[in-house]
Amino acid sequence: MTQWINILIQGALLGGLYALLATGLSLSFGIMRMINIAHGDLAILAAYLALAIAEPFGVNPFLTLLVVVPVMAVVGYVFQRTILNRTLGSDILPPLLVTFGVSIIIQNLLLEIFSADTRSLKIGTLSTDSINLIGGIAVGTFPLMVMMTAIGVLGALQCLFSFTKLGRAFRAASDDSETAQLMGINNKHIYGLAMAIAMAVTAIAGIYLAISTNINPAEGSARLIYAFEAVIIGGLGSIWGTLAGGLILGIAQSIGLQFDPGWGILAGHFAFLAVLMLKPNGLFPITRDR
Amino acid sequence: MTILEVHNLTSFYGDFQALYGIDFQLGEGETVAVIGSNGAGKSTFLRTLAGLLPAAAADNIMLSGVAIGKTPAHRIIGMGLALVPEGRKLFPSLSVEENLMIGAYAGRSGPWNLMRIYELFPVLKQRRNNPATALSGGQQQMVAIGRALMSNPKVLLCDELSLGLAPVVIRDIYEALPGIKAEGISVIVVEQDIGQAMKVADRLYCFQEGRVSLEGKPSDLSRDQISLAYFGV
Repeated sequence: MTQWINILIQGALLGGLYALLATGLSLSFGIMRMINIAHGDLAILAAYLALAIAEPFGVNPFLTLLVVVPVMAVVGYVFQRTILNRTLGSDILPPLLVTFGVSIIIQNLLLEIFSADTRSLKIGTLSTDSINLIGGIAVGTFPLMVMMTAIGVLGALQCLFSFTKLGRAFRAASDDSETAQLMGINNKHIYGLAMAIAMAVTAIAGIYLAISTNINPAEGSARLIYAFEAVIIGGLGSIWGTLAGGLILGIAQSIGLQFDPGWGILAGHFAFLAVLMLKPNGLFPITRDR
Repeated sequence: MTILEVHNLTSFYGDFQALYGIDFQLGEGETVAVIGSNGAGKSTFLRTLAGLLPAAAADNIMLSGVAIGKTPAHRIIGMGLALVPEGRKLFPSLSVEENLMIGAYAGRSGPWNLMRIYELFPVLKQRRNNPATALSGGQQQMVAIGRALMSNPKVLLCDELSLGLAPVVIRDIYEALPGIKAEGISVIVVEQDIGQAMKVADRLYCFQEGRVSLEGKPSDLSRDQISLAYFGV
């Protein structure tokens, strides 16, 4: 029994990382109606930026967040304004193709600069520390931090969307971009800001990913699948749905892993397929047809 | 004093030319109706004024002496020209109050605020926290008008306010017009309902196939003149 409780806790906490990874994807879909194939690679890019700061200068990986998060936000804004905004329209294909190209470019740049060796960000014993609760139940300290971060980020986004002028502008531009312009909303700028926020969250996810596991330049595409699954399970564009999606994926993987080391990932995919079959729009869909 | 002056305006809807050299004036505090059959170019005219479609040259449209023919829509509202779009186009994920508040996004100062809008349309205050699309058609139209007023415009463009509404609801909506005019706002009303247009307008333009086919005061125009200008027969 205790073993299963531990498995569920581990899975749920793993879900926090998936939710963080999926948030940026969910934002860009929710606001721009755009699927960013390069999303996973941008997370890995952020992780390598952190490595480039942490390793030579001996900086604590958590402190790299202070640099990498704003840098990635600026990268996101510029990326959206200069490239992605030009691909948006009634056809969903151009953004897919362009971000697919960007994905390949990022992977090869990272390969060129950092080689194909796997790397990770070191945080000492914190990565293995755990908090022991009664009855032999243990909660990993770092996974708990990741989950708290995910809840904090999603809560902050919820407040931004619900209670601020910018949040209303995001929702209006997502509902009807033309009418939003009539309100004085510059869609191109709003989309740039949305991508900046998405990339800031993705930078946190990338750095946490590199702390919790080994990464290599080609890792992004594999991670994109988990992010996609979390977003789709939760319902496209739904903020808290993304967390639910991450939790379901994490728990399914954690349970699968108990039966066979190879079954963890497979179980996650099965959970994704099961949700798709039962609720094709995800658990908390908010997206409407325009 | 003329607040909006349109000179030789042409506009395209994709490859299709919808307006052919429109000349049009709107005086300060004046209400002008634009009538015409389907496809006459009325909506295209308003969309071009609001910046959603570009004019051929910037000085085709002058707002208080400033050329705005090439200015994008998101800047025009801040210059004091607001459009109530055809079909209302409320934001479904925003509540009634949020829809009104986003009207003030451009931050122009003036007499209109939430309180004034709720005085003009008291029913909206009761339903302020409802999703905007949960309201009846007439109430939605009130939100759309209120949203445009929240931008404190000098010129208010109304596209087919009566579309799809029951006559009694249309009457309620148009009863708000004097209160709006009292603030010195100049209004352009596009209508297919000629009777309604004649009632509210100081002057009237009739469009036919993208051209002005008739212009004048409603009292000076005969039924036959209007019917000829409207239908072309």
